[in-house]
Amino acid sequence: MIVIGGSLGSMAALHTILRDLPKSFSRPIAVVLHRHKDSDDALMTILQRDIALTVREVVDKEPIQLCCVHIAPSDYHLLVETMCFSLSTDEPVQFARPSIDVLFESAADVYGSEAIAIILTGANRDGAAGAREIRRRERGHAESGDPGCARRADSSSRGDWTSPHRSCSHPHSTFQT
Amino acid sequence: LNAVKLESPPNDPEAPDIRLLLETLYNEAGVDFRSYAYSSLKRRILVRVQRENVGSISDLQKLVQRNPDVMERLVAGLTIHVTAMFRDPAFYRLMRHEVVPVLRTYPFLRFWVAGCSTGEEVYSLAILLQEEGLYQRSRIYATDLNETVLGKARRGIFPLAAMQEYTRNYQKAEGLRSFASYYTADNDFAIFRPELRENMIFAAHNLVGDASFNEFHGIFCRNVLIYFNRTLQERVHRLFYDSLLTFGYLGLGRSETIRFTPHASSYAEINAQEKLYRKIA
Repeated sequence: MIVIGGSLGSMAALHTILRDLPKSFSRPIAVVLHRHKDSDDALMTILQRDIALTVREVVDKEPIQLCCVHIAPSDYHLLVETMCFSLSTDEPVQFARPSIDVLFESAADVYGSEAIAIILTGANRDGAAGAREIRRRERGHAESGDPGCARRADSSSRGDWTSPHRSCSHPHSTFQT
Repeated sequence: LNAVKLESPPNDPEAPDIRLLLETLYNEAGVDFRSYAYSSLKRRILVRVQRENVGSISDLQKLVQRNPDVMERLVAGLTIHVTAMFRDPAFYRLMRHEVVPVLRTYPFLRFWVAGCSTGEEVYSLAILLQEEGLYQRSRIYATDLNETVLGKARRGIFPLAAMQEYTRNYQKAEGLRSFASYYTADNDFAIFRPELRENMIFAAHNLVGDASFNEFHGIFCRNVLIYFNRTLQERVHRLFYDSLLTFGYLGLGRSETIRFTPHASSYAEINAQEKLYRKIA
């Protein structure tokens, strides 16, 4: 599984990553973007544009599917279970709900070294602990398009490697948060 | 222990400790968490590890065996969910416009708020019914597993600090009055008007195992079942199905669905966005 986290400002970077993936891309993808709790479906519509994979906002206990990008709904944590996703309305983690840490840590428990973590721009520390947890399961990779966030994920995951995704230099990418 | 198996993920090094802790809770407190959604349950356990200031899940397991207070706080921490008045205002707008006109045709109405926690949604429902002139002929059964939260719900006293958010929600839900007219403010608390409680019945009920106790025109269980695994969700949906009158309404949370349960075909979707269903078969 590939788990991706970022702020709403990393939409363009996320879109660039997803746009390059073929319809047959056979790893499930789960995404947490920090966004306002009242944000609507416009995000799904924007993300789906020019993307071959199916983009879907997760409903509770939705099966984990290949060739599908599963997006955390606003105001819920997204967690990976064996075979499916679950949601929670528990308190925010690192001031965020959905929280990147929550997604990453649960993905580590289910997928172990098969989990790959990508952190796009981040406004705070959310994602660093989750990336460290994935690193602990060996062979996990954390990437970041934001140097500050990369450092945080890197320093707290001790020895994990970070490298800017090639899409970072893409003219349509923005990395403000 | 009966045949219920905890579905722990393959790469969680803490899974054996969690399994042992849940066995302890089952044997000594009689509460069965083995059919809860594993990942969210684990997060809640880790919050308790932190709050109790112990080093690990296994330390917590040893501590609950000798300290009943820690046990009680753990059970509460694993079961209580936080909610808000008029959470998801669009749901209440839908109730007003699509459901209330149908409810008017019944001489008497019974509702069940399942897993009501501290009662925010029970009061929201009572306010809506009162504004639509239906409360006098209604009974709202509000149940939860936890007696402490039921006591809070029964008292109807909520933190004043939350009222700003609730007022916003209420207005978005097209409330007909001033929200402040439903409570009196007293320093840090909002004390809700006792007449709102007139037709509320609070009772302990465990969705994990307890049977149906009435037939309802509407069942509301929002953001409660997300903490259960699919097997347990199916069992609770069986219970809801058995407890709903034909053409009764079922309201779930915004990101929940009946789609993955065997009862999907027994319901018509009133609104896909707000997860409001009607029993049709």
